[in-house]
Amino acid sequence: MSGHRAICTSAMLRPSTAQKAGRVALILLALLLLSGFLVLPVIAVFTQALSQGWKMYRDSIHQEDVLSALRLTGLVACIAVPLNMAFGIAASWAITRFEFLGKSLLITLIDIPLAVSPVVAGLMYVEVFGLHGWLGPWLSEHNLHVIFAVPGIVLATVFVTFPFVARELIPFMQAQGSDEEVAAVVLGANGWSVFWRITLPNIKWALLYGTILAASRSIGEFGAVSVVSGHIRGQTTTLPLEVEMLYNEYNFTAAFAAASLLTLAAIVTLILKKLIEMTSGVHRHMDEKEVES
Amino acid sequence: MPTKKANKSWSLVTRSSPLPGFRLSIGFTMTYLAVIVLIPLAAIIQHGARLGFGAFLHTVTAPRVLASYRVTLGCAAVAALLSALFGMLLAWVLARYSFPGKRIVDAIVDLPFALPTAVAGISLTALYAENGWIGRFLEPHGIHVAFTPIGIVMAMSFVGFPFVVRSVQPVLEDLDPAMEEAAASLGANVWQRFLRVIVPVAFPALLTGTALAFARAAGEYGSVIFIAGNMPMKTEITALLIVTKLEEYDYSGAAAIAGAMLALSFTIMLAVNLLHWWVQRREGKRV
Repeated sequence: MSGHRAICTSAMLRPSTAQKAGRVALILLALLLLSGFLVLPVIAVFTQALSQGWKMYRDSIHQEDVLSALRLTGLVACIAVPLNMAFGIAASWAITRFEFLGKSLLITLIDIPLAVSPVVAGLMYVEVFGLHGWLGPWLSEHNLHVIFAVPGIVLATVFVTFPFVARELIPFMQAQGSDEEVAAVVLGANGWSVFWRITLPNIKWALLYGTILAASRSIGEFGAVSVVSGHIRGQTTTLPLEVEMLYNEYNFTAAFAAASLLTLAAIVTLILKKLIEMTSGVHRHMDEKEVES
Repeated sequence: MPTKKANKSWSLVTRSSPLPGFRLSIGFTMTYLAVIVLIPLAAIIQHGARLGFGAFLHTVTAPRVLASYRVTLGCAAVAALLSALFGMLLAWVLARYSFPGKRIVDAIVDLPFALPTAVAGISLTALYAENGWIGRFLEPHGIHVAFTPIGIVMAMSFVGFPFVVRSVQPVLEDLDPAMEEAAASLGANVWQRFLRVIVPVAFPALLTGTALAFARAAGEYGSVIFIAGNMPMKTEITALLIVTKLEEYDYSGAAAIAGAMLALSFTIMLAVNLLHWWVQRREGKRV
């Protein structure tokens, strides 16, 4: 493609010196803005975290409160992410393999959590499960705690990560089509063996991609979780909430030390995403060879 | 009974498919959607409605609440505009040019999606505070960023601009070079090609990305509250006001303000969907 372009249009589109200079200027401007706006905050996290030396950093991370926040964050992600994977697979199977009434409405409804402010999301669960909420009286009668307890944190996290897997799978499965699955059914395979032997192997990269996005968001969610958590140290504080509490106590080094763990998770997320894009073709919108010039 | 039920759900299907699992997958999808999204959403709307129209209006138009809308929407609008400019530049550079480290740059663009908002908040505050790496160069010139609306705009732009890049970039990559070549062969210069060929094609995507950035900025909480200073009437955002109401056990006040925010969210969502529909129809016509 690029060779073809070069031959046909070299005379017309060959950049002049001024255009080449403009190109370099635009790239430099983009890089400058990107490093000032995105890279600098990341560097600042680590610099602040290490400002009192390694020993202080290690001690900050090994505090019991930080460790228990880390455990809770892991636990919440381990519950919320598989639930949303199951939902994503079910929703995309229904949406991409069948024609039914209200399908486009369903696709729109799946996007609701992306449009709702995290704080409003947290408040929604307070309205259902809180003391003054719909189920509040019944729950307190049976001594069940959802709000200001771990189940509320899980629900809020499920809500904010709700669309991620489905949104990756729906366009992917739509593009893939159902020919292989139909062939298997016609040859006598039952539903579950079609799913395990054909669908799942076909969608595994897109599924993994959506799962990584969901996991990353569930580890980092702050607003929604903050509303339902109650901020009980050692019990209902996730790692992002622990960062906030340490920061508000003017314990900046410890706050940034805890934040550095979350930043590392974010960097790992970006690397995994890019690796999946490069190896599997999921989300590979830019064909690296074609734009080289 | 079971057969009747089966018939009923089957009648939803407008074209039959040989594949199994429709009832299982749609049943699970709808139940999960109802439990996680629709019922809680109904609870908040019902609480807002229970207040009665007068009380609702009184709560959502109180001076402190109105001031929070001004701060939130004003800063979100400026942030969306900045995101559009910065996002368009990055999308252009990533789609059109090749340079060393391009893949890394492409990966870094998603950082605001991956970085927890609380981390972004404290880090931006550290950078723009009086003695911060960036703040110390701005303070002598009288530019205060941290704890002012400018800081809110910075945080909102941080979380918003990847939406613009990811909306516009695929469109620029898919743009057929033949269109530009045709324009060039007819004598169009660089600017004419940009304004007459590229902008019309990329504009709907730019608008969608900007709307998404605005929606995210207007609802943003974590990254804003650290840098905002949270002074009532001056730098207090609406999302924080909801949290404040909750901490004062004013559940009705919180629900009413949340209702106002939901109305905004759904308006933007509707606008984006209409935009998609319009673009699809336009493209359908062109083919």
